[in-house]
Amino acid sequence: MKRVLGLAAWCAGLLFFAPVAWMVLTSLHSEPDAATNPPSPAAPITFDGYAEFFDSAPWPPLINSLSASIGSTLLVLLLAIPAAYALSIKKVDKWSDVLFFFLSTKMLPVVAGLLPIYLVAQHTGMLDNISFLVVLYTSMNLPIAVWLMRSFLAEVPGEILEAAALDGAGLVTTLRRVVAPVAMPGIAATSLICFIFSWNELLFARVLTGVVAGTAPVYLTGFVTSQGLFLAKVCAAAVVVSLPVLVAGFAAQDKLVQGLSLGAVK
Amino acid sequence: MTAVREAPARRGPTPPARTGRPAAAARWARRAPLLPALVFTIVVTQLPFVATLVISLMRWNSLDPANRGFAGLDNYAAVFTDPDLRSAIGVTVLLTVTVVVVCLVLGLGLALLLDRRFAGRGVVRTMLIAPFLVVPVAAALLWKHALYNPEYGLFNGVLTWLFGDGAPQPEWISGMPLLAVEASLVWQWTPFMMLILLAGLQSRPQDAVEAARIDGATAWQVFRYLTLPHLRQYLELGALLGSIYIVQNFDAVFTITSGGLGTANLPYTIYQTFYQAHDYGQASAAGVVVVVGSIIIATFALRVVSSLLREDGGRAANRTGVRA
Repeated sequence: MKRVLGLAAWCAGLLFFAPVAWMVLTSLHSEPDAATNPPSPAAPITFDGYAEFFDSAPWPPLINSLSASIGSTLLVLLLAIPAAYALSIKKVDKWSDVLFFFLSTKMLPVVAGLLPIYLVAQHTGMLDNISFLVVLYTSMNLPIAVWLMRSFLAEVPGEILEAAALDGAGLVTTLRRVVAPVAMPGIAATSLICFIFSWNELLFARVLTGVVAGTAPVYLTGFVTSQGLFLAKVCAAAVVVSLPVLVAGFAAQDKLVQGLSLGAVK
Repeated sequence: MTAVREAPARRGPTPPARTGRPAAAARWARRAPLLPALVFTIVVTQLPFVATLVISLMRWNSLDPANRGFAGLDNYAAVFTDPDLRSAIGVTVLLTVTVVVVCLVLGLGLALLLDRRFAGRGVVRTMLIAPFLVVPVAAALLWKHALYNPEYGLFNGVLTWLFGDGAPQPEWISGMPLLAVEASLVWQWTPFMMLILLAGLQSRPQDAVEAARIDGATAWQVFRYLTLPHLRQYLELGALLGSIYIVQNFDAVFTITSGGLGTANLPYTIYQTFYQAHDYGQASAAGVVVVVGSIIIATFALRVVSSLLREDGGRAANRTGVRA
Protein backbone atom coordinates (compact mmCIF):
# COMPACT_ATOMS: atom_id res chain seq x y z
CA MET A 1 0.00 0.00 0.00
CA LYS A 2 2.75 2.41 0.99
CA ARG A 3 4.61 1.61 -2.24
CA VAL A 4 1.49 2.22 -4.33
CA LEU A 5 0.88 5.65 -2.78
CA GLY A 6 4.50 6.67 -3.30
CA LEU A 7 4.23 5.56 -6.90
CA ALA A 8 1.00 7.50 -7.33
CA ALA A 9 2.73 10.61 -6.01
CA TRP A 10 5.56 10.13 -8.50
CA CYS A 11 3.10 9.70 -11.38
CA ALA A 12 1.23 12.86 -10.37
CA GLY A 13 4.49 14.77 -10.07
CA LEU A 14 5.68 13.64 -13.50
CA LEU A 15 2.29 14.43 -15.04
CA PHE A 16 2.26 17.97 -13.69
CA PHE A 17 5.90 18.50 -14.58
CA ALA A 18 5.59 17.10 -18.12
CA PRO A 19 4.41 20.36 -19.78
CA VAL A 20 7.30 22.28 -18.19
CA ALA A 21 9.78 19.62 -19.28
CA TRP A 22 8.25 19.65 -22.77
CA MET A 23 8.57 23.44 -22.93
CA VAL A 24 12.28 23.25 -22.07
CA LEU A 25 12.89 20.33 -24.43
CA THR A 26 11.07 22.01 -27.33
CA SER A 27 13.03 25.21 -26.76
CA LEU A 28 16.23 23.20 -27.28
CA HIS A 29 15.20 21.71 -30.62
CA SER A 30 15.46 23.11 -34.13
CA GLU A 31 12.19 24.46 -35.58
CA PRO A 32 11.56 21.43 -37.86
CA ASP A 33 12.28 19.01 -34.99
CA ALA A 34 10.06 20.97 -32.60
CA ALA A 35 7.02 20.80 -34.88
CA THR A 36 6.64 17.12 -35.68
CA ASN A 37 3.86 14.63 -35.08
CA PRO A 38 4.59 12.29 -33.34
CA PRO A 39 6.94 14.39 -31.19
CA SER A 40 10.69 13.84 -31.33
CA PRO A 41 12.03 14.18 -27.78
CA ALA A 42 15.36 12.65 -28.80
CA ALA A 43 16.08 15.19 -31.56
CA PRO A 44 19.50 16.86 -31.39
CA ILE A 45 19.89 19.73 -28.94
CA THR A 46 20.45 23.20 -30.35
CA PHE A 47 20.37 26.67 -28.82
CA ASP A 48 19.10 28.32 -32.01
CA GLY A 49 15.72 29.10 -30.44
CA TYR A 50 17.44 31.05 -27.66
CA ALA A 51 19.86 32.73 -30.05
CA GLU A 52 16.98 33.92 -32.23
CA PHE A 53 14.96 35.03 -29.22
CA PHE A 54 17.82 37.15 -27.93
CA ASP A 55 18.39 38.54 -31.44
CA SER A 56 14.86 39.90 -31.40
CA ALA A 57 15.92 42.41 -28.72
CA PRO A 58 14.03 41.25 -25.63
CA TRP A 59 16.36 43.18 -23.33
CA PRO A 60 14.31 46.32 -22.71
CA PRO A 61 11.18 44.32 -21.75
CA LEU A 62 13.20 42.05 -19.44
CA ILE A 63 14.85 45.06 -17.81
CA ASN A 64 11.46 46.81 -17.54
CA SER A 65 10.01 43.77 -15.80
CA LEU A 66 12.97 43.60 -13.48
CA SER A 67 12.75 47.26 -12.50
CA ALA A 68 8.97 47.19 -12.08
CA SER A 69 9.11 44.03 -9.94
CA ILE A 70 12.07 45.02 -7.79
CA GLY A 71 10.86 48.62 -7.46
CA SER A 72 7.40 47.64 -6.33
CA THR A 73 8.70 44.91 -4.01
CA LEU A 74 10.91 47.47 -2.25
CA LEU A 75 8.07 49.97 -2.01
CA VAL A 76 5.75 47.27 -0.66
CA LEU A 77 8.26 46.40 2.08
CA LEU A 78 8.72 50.04 2.94
CA LEU A 79 4.99 50.46 3.48
CA ALA A 80 4.05 47.00 4.74
CA ILE A 81 6.64 46.49 7.46
CA PRO A 82 5.67 49.51 9.59
CA ALA A 83 1.97 48.79 8.99
CA ALA A 84 2.33 45.14 9.94
CA TYR A 85 4.39 46.20 12.94
CA ALA A 86 1.60 48.49 14.09
CA LEU A 87 -0.95 45.73 13.56
CA SER A 88 0.91 42.86 15.17
CA ILE A 89 3.15 44.11 17.91
CA LYS A 90 1.47 47.27 18.96
CA LYS A 91 -2.21 46.67 18.67
CA VAL A 92 -4.06 49.46 16.97
CA ASP A 93 -7.64 49.95 18.08
CA LYS A 94 -9.91 47.86 15.91
CA TRP A 95 -6.87 46.27 14.31
CA SER A 96 -8.84 43.38 12.87
CA ASP A 97 -11.05 45.83 10.98
CA VAL A 98 -7.99 47.44 9.49
CA LEU A 99 -6.56 44.07 8.55
CA PHE A 100 -9.82 43.05 6.98
CA PHE A 101 -9.91 46.28 5.03
CA PHE A 102 -6.51 45.52 3.52
CA LEU A 103 -7.64 42.06 2.63
CA SER A 104 -10.90 43.25 1.13
CA THR A 105 -9.03 45.42 -1.36
CA LYS A 106 -7.73 42.17 -2.86
CA MET A 107 -11.35 41.24 -3.48
CA LEU A 108 -11.61 44.26 -5.72
CA PRO A 109 -10.80 42.91 -9.18
CA VAL A 110 -8.12 44.80 -11.08
CA VAL A 111 -10.49 45.50 -13.96
CA ALA A 112 -12.79 47.44 -11.61
CA GLY A 113 -10.30 50.28 -11.42
CA LEU A 114 -8.59 49.85 -14.77
CA LEU A 115 -10.38 52.60 -16.69
CA PRO A 116 -9.96 55.44 -14.14
CA ILE A 117 -6.33 54.40 -13.69
CA TYR A 118 -5.85 54.52 -17.46
CA LEU A 119 -7.48 57.96 -17.63
CA VAL A 120 -5.27 59.27 -14.82
CA ALA A 121 -2.17 57.91 -16.56
CA GLN A 122 -3.28 59.47 -19.83
CA HIS A 123 -3.90 62.90 -18.32
CA THR A 124 -0.71 62.99 -16.26
CA GLY A 125 1.49 61.77 -19.08
CA MET A 126 2.30 58.59 -17.18
CA LEU A 127 1.26 56.18 -19.92
CA ASP A 128 4.10 53.87 -20.94
CA ASN A 129 6.01 54.69 -17.76
CA ILE A 130 7.59 52.15 -15.43
CA SER A 131 7.15 54.22 -12.26
CA PHE A 132 3.40 54.21 -12.79
CA LEU A 133 3.48 50.40 -13.00
CA VAL A 134 5.56 50.32 -9.81
CA VAL A 135 2.82 52.23 -7.97
CA LEU A 136 0.09 49.93 -9.30
CA TYR A 137 1.99 46.72 -8.53
CA THR A 138 2.63 48.05 -5.05
CA SER A 139 -1.08 48.55 -4.48
CA MET A 140 -1.71 45.08 -5.90
CA ASN A 141 0.71 43.37 -3.49
CA LEU A 142 0.49 45.58 -0.42
CA PRO A 143 -2.60 43.91 1.11
CA ILE A 144 -1.05 40.45 0.87
CA ALA A 145 2.25 41.75 2.21
CA VAL A 146 0.63 43.42 5.23
CA TRP A 147 -1.29 40.24 5.91
CA LEU A 148 1.80 38.02 5.67
CA MET A 149 4.13 40.36 7.52
CA ARG A 150 1.69 40.74 10.39
CA SER A 151 1.79 37.05 11.18
CA PHE A 152 5.55 36.89 10.81
CA LEU A 153 6.04 39.88 13.07
CA ALA A 154 3.62 38.48 15.63
CA GLU A 155 6.30 35.87 16.26
CA VAL A 156 8.72 38.47 17.57
CA PRO A 157 8.76 37.94 21.36
CA GLY A 158 7.24 40.85 23.25
CA GLU A 159 10.00 40.72 25.84
CA ILE A 160 12.64 41.69 23.33
CA LEU A 161 10.57 44.68 22.29
CA GLU A 162 10.12 45.77 25.87
CA ALA A 163 13.81 45.50 26.46
CA ALA A 164 14.39 47.68 23.42
CA ALA A 165 11.80 50.19 24.61
CA LEU A 166 13.41 50.33 28.06
CA ASP A 167 16.77 50.93 26.44
CA GLY A 168 15.17 53.95 24.82
CA ALA A 169 15.03 52.72 21.24
CA GLY A 170 12.70 54.62 18.92
CA LEU A 171 10.48 53.14 16.23
CA VAL A 172 13.08 53.14 13.49
CA THR A 173 15.81 51.68 15.67
CA THR A 174 13.46 49.01 17.03
CA LEU A 175 12.37 48.05 13.53
CA ARG A 176 15.89 47.96 12.18
CA ARG A 177 17.79 46.44 15.08
CA VAL A 178 15.24 44.18 16.77
CA VAL A 179 12.31 43.36 14.52
CA ALA A 180 14.04 43.03 11.15
CA PRO A 181 16.55 40.33 12.13
CA VAL A 182 13.89 38.14 13.74
CA ALA A 183 11.43 38.67 10.91
CA MET A 184 13.98 38.22 8.11
CA PRO A 185 12.62 34.87 6.84
CA GLY A 186 9.17 36.42 6.72
CA ILE A 187 10.44 39.46 4.88
CA ALA A 188 12.18 37.17 2.39
CA ALA A 189 9.02 35.13 1.80
CA THR A 190 6.91 38.25 1.38
CA SER A 191 9.39 39.79 -1.05
CA LEU A 192 9.48 36.62 -3.10
CA ILE A 193 5.70 36.47 -3.39
CA CYS A 194 5.46 40.17 -4.32
CA PHE A 195 8.23 39.75 -6.89
CA ILE A 196 6.49 36.77 -8.50
CA PHE A 197 3.10 38.49 -8.73
CA SER A 198 4.62 41.66 -10.21
CA TRP A 199 6.76 39.77 -12.68
CA ASN A 200 3.72 37.79 -13.85
CA GLU A 201 1.28 40.68 -14.25
CA LEU A 202 -0.15 41.19 -17.73
CA LEU A 203 -3.40 43.20 -17.74
CA PHE A 204 -2.10 46.51 -16.32
CA ALA A 205 1.10 46.24 -18.31
CA ARG A 206 -0.81 45.49 -21.49
CA VAL A 207 -3.14 48.48 -21.10
CA LEU A 208 -0.73 51.01 -19.63
CA THR A 209 2.60 50.36 -21.32
CA GLY A 210 3.76 50.22 -24.89
CA VAL A 211 7.01 50.72 -26.72
CA VAL A 212 9.11 52.16 -23.92
CA ALA A 213 7.93 50.51 -20.73
CA GLY A 214 6.52 47.23 -22.06
CA THR A 215 7.21 44.37 -19.66
CA ALA A 216 8.30 40.83 -20.50
CA PRO A 217 4.77 39.33 -20.41
CA VAL A 218 3.56 42.03 -22.83
CA TYR A 219 6.56 41.33 -25.05
CA LEU A 220 5.76 37.61 -24.97
CA THR A 221 2.21 38.12 -26.26
CA GLY A 222 3.47 40.40 -29.02
CA PHE A 223 6.36 38.09 -29.84
CA VAL A 224 4.05 35.34 -31.04
CA THR A 225 1.99 37.72 -33.15
CA SER A 226 5.00 39.27 -34.84
CA GLN A 227 7.05 36.11 -35.26
CA GLY A 228 4.31 33.73 -36.30
CA LEU A 229 4.37 30.23 -35.02
CA PHE A 230 7.94 29.23 -34.46
CA LEU A 231 7.47 26.73 -31.71
CA ALA A 232 11.07 26.38 -30.54
CA LYS A 233 11.49 30.14 -30.42
CA VAL A 234 8.21 30.65 -28.55
CA CYS A 235 9.22 27.98 -26.02
CA ALA A 236 12.66 29.54 -25.62
CA ALA A 237 11.01 32.91 -24.95
CA ALA A 238 8.62 31.33 -22.43
CA VAL A 239 11.54 29.64 -20.65
CA VAL A 240 13.60 32.84 -20.46
CA VAL A 241 10.70 34.91 -19.10
CA SER A 242 9.76 32.22 -16.57
CA LEU A 243 13.32 31.54 -15.50
CA PRO A 244 13.69 34.19 -12.76
CA VAL A 245 10.48 33.05 -11.10
CA LEU A 246 11.28 29.34 -11.53
CA VAL A 247 14.75 29.74 -10.05
CA ALA A 248 13.60 31.94 -7.16
CA GLY A 249 10.63 29.67 -6.48
CA PHE A 250 12.62 26.44 -6.49
CA ALA A 251 15.35 27.95 -4.34
CA ALA A 252 12.90 29.21 -1.76
CA GLN A 253 10.24 26.48 -1.79
CA ASP A 254 9.98 26.27 1.97
CA LYS A 255 9.70 30.02 2.37
CA LEU A 256 7.07 30.10 -0.33
CA VAL A 257 5.00 27.44 1.39
CA GLN A 258 5.46 29.12 4.74
CA GLY A 259 4.55 32.50 3.32
CA LEU A 260 1.45 31.30 1.53
CA SER A 261 0.01 29.38 4.44
CA LEU A 262 1.30 30.75 7.68
CA GLY A 263 0.50 34.33 6.92
CA ALA A 264 -3.01 33.41 6.10
CA VAL A 265 -4.16 31.15 8.83
CA LYS A 266 -2.41 32.47 11.91
CA MET B 1 18.73 41.72 28.49
CA THR B 2 18.18 42.02 32.24
CA ALA B 3 15.01 43.90 31.50
CA VAL B 4 13.45 40.66 30.34
CA ARG B 5 13.94 39.05 33.70
CA GLU B 6 12.71 42.05 35.59
CA ALA B 7 9.37 42.29 33.81
CA PRO B 8 8.46 38.82 32.61
CA ALA B 9 4.69 39.06 32.89
CA ARG B 10 4.15 42.20 30.92
CA ARG B 11 3.91 41.48 27.21
CA GLY B 12 3.15 44.25 24.78
CA PRO B 13 2.83 47.92 25.51
CA THR B 14 1.20 49.34 28.60
CA PRO B 15 -2.47 50.17 28.10
CA PRO B 16 -2.86 53.88 27.39
CA ALA B 17 -3.84 55.90 30.43
CA ARG B 18 -6.94 57.85 29.63
CA THR B 19 -5.64 61.20 30.69
CA GLY B 20 -6.16 63.54 27.80
CA ARG B 21 -3.38 64.69 25.50
CA PRO B 22 -0.51 62.32 26.26
CA ALA B 23 -2.81 59.34 25.71
CA ALA B 24 -4.07 60.73 22.43
CA ALA B 25 -0.51 61.35 21.33
CA ALA B 26 0.43 57.80 22.25
CA ARG B 27 -2.51 56.46 20.29
CA TRP B 28 -1.43 58.42 17.27
CA ALA B 29 2.14 57.27 17.67
CA ARG B 30 0.89 53.72 17.51
CA ARG B 31 -1.26 54.37 14.49
CA ALA B 32 1.31 56.35 12.58
CA PRO B 33 3.27 53.39 11.16
CA LEU B 34 0.02 52.10 9.72
CA LEU B 35 -0.97 55.30 7.98
CA PRO B 36 1.29 55.31 4.89
CA ALA B 37 0.11 51.85 3.83
CA LEU B 38 -3.50 52.72 4.60
CA VAL B 39 -3.49 56.02 2.72
CA PHE B 40 -1.64 54.48 -0.23
CA THR B 41 -4.12 51.61 -0.46
CA ILE B 42 -7.13 53.89 -0.28
CA VAL B 43 -5.78 56.27 -2.92
CA VAL B 44 -4.63 53.64 -5.41
CA THR B 45 -7.37 51.01 -5.04
CA GLN B 46 -10.48 52.61 -3.56
CA LEU B 47 -10.55 55.94 -5.39
CA PRO B 48 -10.36 54.34 -8.85
CA PHE B 49 -13.24 52.06 -7.91
CA VAL B 50 -15.32 55.06 -6.81
CA ALA B 51 -14.48 56.67 -10.13
CA THR B 52 -15.55 53.48 -11.90
CA LEU B 53 -18.85 53.63 -10.02
CA VAL B 54 -19.38 57.22 -11.20
CA ILE B 55 -18.39 56.48 -14.81
CA SER B 56 -20.69 53.44 -14.81
CA LEU B 57 -23.60 55.88 -14.48
CA MET B 58 -22.43 57.94 -17.45
CA ARG B 59 -22.90 57.85 -21.18
CA TRP B 60 -19.28 58.03 -22.26
CA ASN B 61 -17.72 56.70 -25.41
CA SER B 62 -14.31 58.18 -26.06
CA LEU B 63 -14.92 58.04 -29.82
CA ASP B 64 -17.99 60.26 -29.38
CA PRO B 65 -16.92 62.85 -26.77
CA ALA B 66 -19.75 65.29 -27.53
CA ASN B 67 -22.36 62.81 -26.36
CA ARG B 68 -21.10 62.56 -22.77
CA GLY B 69 -23.65 62.78 -19.97
CA PHE B 70 -25.57 61.15 -17.17
CA ALA B 71 -27.05 57.83 -18.18
CA GLY B 72 -28.55 56.50 -14.97
CA LEU B 73 -28.67 52.75 -14.93
CA ASP B 74 -28.63 52.39 -18.73
CA ASN B 75 -25.16 50.86 -18.71
CA TYR B 76 -26.21 48.25 -16.18
CA ALA B 77 -29.29 47.47 -18.25
CA ALA B 78 -26.96 47.03 -21.22
CA VAL B 79 -24.66 44.74 -19.26
CA PHE B 80 -27.51 42.44 -18.32
CA THR B 81 -29.28 42.51 -21.70
CA ASP B 82 -26.32 42.48 -24.08
CA PRO B 83 -25.95 38.81 -25.01
CA ASP B 84 -22.15 39.07 -25.08
CA LEU B 85 -21.90 40.58 -21.64
CA ARG B 86 -24.49 38.24 -20.22
CA SER B 87 -22.63 35.27 -21.59
CA ALA B 88 -19.42 36.71 -20.12
CA ILE B 89 -21.06 36.68 -16.69
CA GLY B 90 -22.02 33.02 -17.11
CA VAL B 91 -18.56 32.09 -18.39
CA THR B 92 -16.89 33.84 -15.46
CA VAL B 93 -19.01 31.99 -12.90
CA LEU B 94 -18.59 28.64 -14.62
CA LEU B 95 -14.85 29.06 -15.15
CA THR B 96 -14.21 30.17 -11.58
CA VAL B 97 -16.32 27.54 -9.85
CA THR B 98 -15.06 24.68 -12.02
CA VAL B 99 -11.39 25.59 -11.74
CA VAL B 100 -11.49 26.30 -8.00
CA VAL B 101 -13.41 23.12 -7.12
CA VAL B 102 -11.25 20.86 -9.33
CA CYS B 103 -8.05 22.49 -8.03
CA LEU B 104 -9.16 22.01 -4.43
CA VAL B 105 -9.99 18.35 -4.90
CA LEU B 106 -6.80 17.57 -6.84
CA GLY B 107 -4.74 19.72 -4.48
CA LEU B 108 -6.14 17.87 -1.46
CA GLY B 109 -5.32 14.50 -3.03
CA LEU B 110 -1.79 15.58 -3.89
CA ALA B 111 -1.23 17.14 -0.47
CA LEU B 112 -2.32 13.88 1.21
CA LEU B 113 0.07 11.91 -1.00
CA LEU B 114 2.94 14.27 -0.30
CA ASP B 115 2.27 14.30 3.43
CA ARG B 116 3.52 10.70 3.62
CA ARG B 117 7.14 9.70 3.56
CA PHE B 118 8.37 8.09 0.36
CA ALA B 119 11.57 7.96 -1.63
CA GLY B 120 12.14 11.18 -3.55
CA ARG B 121 9.41 13.22 -1.88
CA GLY B 122 11.40 16.44 -2.26
CA VAL B 123 11.84 15.87 -5.99
CA VAL B 124 8.13 15.17 -6.46
CA ARG B 125 7.22 18.32 -4.55
CA THR B 126 9.57 20.39 -6.68
CA MET B 127 8.05 18.94 -9.86
CA LEU B 128 4.54 19.66 -8.59
CA ILE B 129 5.33 23.27 -7.75
CA ALA B 130 6.75 23.98 -11.22
CA PRO B 131 3.43 24.79 -12.97
CA PHE B 132 2.71 27.52 -10.42
CA LEU B 133 6.10 29.09 -11.13
CA VAL B 134 5.71 29.38 -14.90
CA VAL B 135 4.72 32.94 -15.83
CA PRO B 136 0.96 32.78 -16.63
CA VAL B 137 1.28 34.18 -20.16
CA ALA B 138 4.13 31.78 -20.88
CA ALA B 139 2.01 28.92 -19.52
CA ALA B 140 -0.91 29.95 -21.72
CA LEU B 141 1.37 30.13 -24.78
CA LEU B 142 2.81 26.74 -23.88
CA TRP B 143 -0.64 25.15 -23.67
CA LYS B 144 -1.91 26.83 -26.80
CA HIS B 145 1.03 26.13 -29.10
CA ALA B 146 3.09 23.29 -27.68
CA LEU B 147 0.33 21.12 -26.18
CA TYR B 148 -3.04 21.84 -27.82
CA ASN B 149 -1.89 22.51 -31.38
CA PRO B 150 -3.72 19.89 -33.49
CA GLU B 151 -0.85 19.40 -35.94
CA TYR B 152 2.23 19.20 -33.77
CA GLY B 153 1.08 19.69 -30.20
CA LEU B 154 2.20 17.19 -27.58
CA PHE B 155 -1.32 15.88 -26.86
CA ASN B 156 -2.05 14.74 -30.38
CA GLY B 157 1.56 13.60 -30.69
CA VAL B 158 1.09 11.30 -27.72
CA LEU B 159 -2.13 9.98 -29.29
CA THR B 160 -0.19 9.19 -32.47
CA TRP B 161 2.46 7.48 -30.37
CA LEU B 162 -0.10 5.35 -28.62
CA PHE B 163 -2.47 4.52 -31.45
CA GLY B 164 -0.40 4.93 -34.61
CA ASP B 165 -1.26 6.89 -37.72
CA GLY B 166 -5.01 6.37 -37.42
CA ALA B 167 -5.13 7.95 -33.98
CA PRO B 168 -7.86 10.53 -33.33
CA GLN B 169 -6.47 14.06 -33.62
CA PRO B 170 -8.94 16.30 -31.81
CA GLU B 171 -8.99 20.06 -32.25
CA TRP B 172 -8.62 20.77 -28.56
CA ILE B 173 -9.16 24.50 -28.54
CA SER B 174 -11.89 24.87 -31.15
CA GLY B 175 -13.53 21.60 -30.13
CA MET B 176 -13.70 22.28 -26.40
CA PRO B 177 -12.62 25.90 -25.89
CA LEU B 178 -13.77 26.48 -22.33
CA LEU B 179 -12.44 23.12 -21.19
CA ALA B 180 -9.11 23.95 -22.83
CA VAL B 181 -8.85 27.18 -20.84
CA GLU B 182 -9.98 25.44 -17.66
CA ALA B 183 -7.48 22.61 -18.01
CA SER B 184 -4.56 25.01 -18.33
CA LEU B 185 -5.77 26.94 -15.27
CA VAL B 186 -6.29 23.77 -13.24
CA TRP B 187 -2.73 22.76 -14.12
CA GLN B 188 -1.42 26.12 -12.92
CA TRP B 189 -3.46 26.50 -9.76
CA THR B 190 -3.57 22.96 -8.36
CA PRO B 191 0.01 23.29 -7.06
CA PHE B 192 -0.99 26.46 -5.25
CA MET B 193 -3.87 24.68 -3.49
CA MET B 194 -1.56 21.75 -2.76
CA LEU B 195 1.00 24.04 -1.13
CA ILE B 196 -1.58 25.59 1.16
CA LEU B 197 -3.17 22.25 2.09
CA LEU B 198 0.23 20.60 2.59
CA ALA B 199 1.18 23.32 5.05
CA GLY B 200 -2.14 22.66 6.78
CA LEU B 201 -1.48 18.93 6.99
CA GLN B 202 1.98 19.49 8.38
CA SER B 203 0.68 21.77 11.11
CA ARG B 204 -1.79 19.10 12.25
CA PRO B 205 -1.28 18.11 15.89
CA GLN B 206 0.19 14.62 15.69
CA ASP B 207 -0.69 13.53 19.24
CA ALA B 208 -4.44 13.60 18.51
CA VAL B 209 -3.90 11.44 15.42
CA GLU B 210 -1.82 8.95 17.41
CA ALA B 211 -4.35 8.84 20.22
CA ALA B 212 -7.11 8.14 17.68
CA ARG B 213 -5.02 5.36 16.10
CA ILE B 214 -4.45 3.77 19.51
CA ASP B 215 -8.18 3.91 20.10
CA GLY B 216 -8.58 1.88 16.91
CA ALA B 217 -9.72 4.57 14.45
CA THR B 218 -9.39 3.60 10.78
CA ALA B 219 -7.43 5.75 8.34
CA TRP B 220 -10.71 7.03 6.91
CA GLN B 221 -12.03 7.95 10.35
CA VAL B 222 -8.83 9.83 11.15
CA PHE B 223 -9.13 11.68 7.86
CA ARG B 224 -12.83 12.40 8.20
CA TYR B 225 -12.98 13.45 11.86
CA LEU B 226 -9.50 14.85 12.54
CA THR B 227 -7.71 15.81 9.35
CA LEU B 228 -10.60 17.33 7.40
CA PRO B 229 -11.85 19.56 10.25
CA HIS B 230 -8.28 20.69 10.87
CA LEU B 231 -7.87 21.46 7.16
CA ARG B 232 -11.08 23.44 7.07
CA GLN B 233 -9.54 26.88 7.34
CA TYR B 234 -6.86 25.94 4.83
CA LEU B 235 -9.49 24.71 2.38
CA GLU B 236 -11.45 27.91 2.88
CA LEU B 237 -8.35 29.98 2.37
CA GLY B 238 -7.47 28.10 -0.82
CA ALA B 239 -11.01 28.51 -2.14
CA LEU B 240 -11.02 32.20 -1.28
CA LEU B 241 -7.63 33.06 -2.78
CA GLY B 242 -8.29 30.79 -5.77
CA SER B 243 -11.63 32.49 -6.46
CA ILE B 244 -10.10 35.94 -6.20
CA TYR B 245 -7.45 35.10 -8.77
CA ILE B 246 -9.49 32.94 -11.16
CA VAL B 247 -12.44 35.34 -11.30
CA GLN B 248 -9.98 37.96 -12.53
CA ASN B 249 -8.23 35.71 -15.00
CA PHE B 250 -7.17 37.54 -18.10
CA ASP B 251 -3.96 35.91 -19.29
CA ALA B 252 -5.32 32.47 -20.17
CA VAL B 253 -8.48 33.71 -21.89
CA PHE B 254 -6.57 36.42 -23.74
CA THR B 255 -3.83 34.09 -24.93
CA ILE B 256 -5.51 30.74 -25.57
CA THR B 257 -8.77 31.76 -27.23
CA SER B 258 -8.67 35.57 -27.38
CA GLY B 259 -12.09 35.42 -25.83
CA GLY B 260 -13.49 33.62 -28.87
CA LEU B 261 -15.70 30.53 -29.02
CA GLY B 262 -17.73 31.52 -25.97
CA THR B 263 -14.82 31.79 -23.57
CA ALA B 264 -14.82 35.56 -23.03
CA ASN B 265 -15.05 36.14 -19.30
CA LEU B 266 -15.81 39.50 -17.71
CA PRO B 267 -12.24 40.74 -17.33
CA TYR B 268 -11.55 40.02 -20.99
CA THR B 269 -14.86 41.56 -22.08
CA ILE B 270 -14.20 44.68 -20.03
CA TYR B 271 -10.73 44.95 -21.52
CA GLN B 272 -12.30 44.80 -24.99
CA THR B 273 -15.21 47.11 -24.24
CA PHE B 274 -12.85 49.77 -23.01
CA TYR B 275 -9.76 49.11 -25.11
CA GLN B 276 -11.38 48.43 -28.44
CA ALA B 277 -14.98 49.66 -28.30
CA HIS B 278 -14.00 52.67 -26.16
CA ASP B 279 -17.33 52.47 -24.35
CA TYR B 280 -16.16 53.72 -20.98
CA GLY B 281 -19.61 53.75 -19.36
CA GLN B 282 -20.44 50.17 -20.25
CA ALA B 283 -16.97 48.90 -19.37
CA SER B 284 -17.30 50.51 -15.96
CA ALA B 285 -20.73 49.03 -15.33
CA ALA B 286 -19.34 45.60 -16.23
CA GLY B 287 -16.44 46.29 -13.84
CA VAL B 288 -18.85 46.95 -11.00
CA VAL B 289 -20.66 43.73 -11.87
CA VAL B 290 -17.34 41.85 -11.60
CA VAL B 291 -16.81 43.24 -8.13
CA VAL B 292 -20.25 42.20 -6.98
CA GLY B 293 -19.85 38.86 -8.76
CA SER B 294 -16.48 38.09 -7.23
CA ILE B 295 -17.85 38.73 -3.77
CA ILE B 296 -20.75 36.37 -4.50
CA ILE B 297 -18.46 33.71 -5.97
CA ALA B 298 -16.03 33.92 -3.07
CA THR B 299 -18.90 33.58 -0.61
CA PHE B 300 -20.28 30.66 -2.59
CA ALA B 301 -16.91 28.94 -2.69
CA LEU B 302 -16.65 29.38 1.06
CA ARG B 303 -20.11 27.86 1.54
CA VAL B 304 -19.30 24.81 -0.56
CA VAL B 305 -16.16 24.13 1.42
CA SER B 306 -17.84 24.76 4.76
CA SER B 307 -20.78 22.51 3.95
CA LEU B 308 -18.37 19.63 3.32
CA LEU B 309 -17.38 19.91 6.93
CA ARG B 310 -20.49 21.29 8.54
CA GLU B 311 -22.22 17.89 8.55
CA ASP B 312 -20.11 17.01 11.55
CA GLY B 313 -20.93 20.08 13.55
CA GLY B 314 -24.59 19.67 12.68
CA ARG B 315 -24.67 16.12 13.96
CA ALA B 316 -22.82 17.03 17.11
CA ALA B 317 -25.28 19.85 17.75
CA ASN B 318 -28.22 17.50 17.23
CA ARG B 319 -26.84 15.04 19.70
CA THR B 320 -26.45 17.63 22.41
CA GLY B 321 -29.89 18.94 21.50
CA VAL B 322 -31.42 15.53 22.10
CA ARG B 323 -29.67 15.21 25.39
CA ALA B 324 -30.92 18.57 26.57
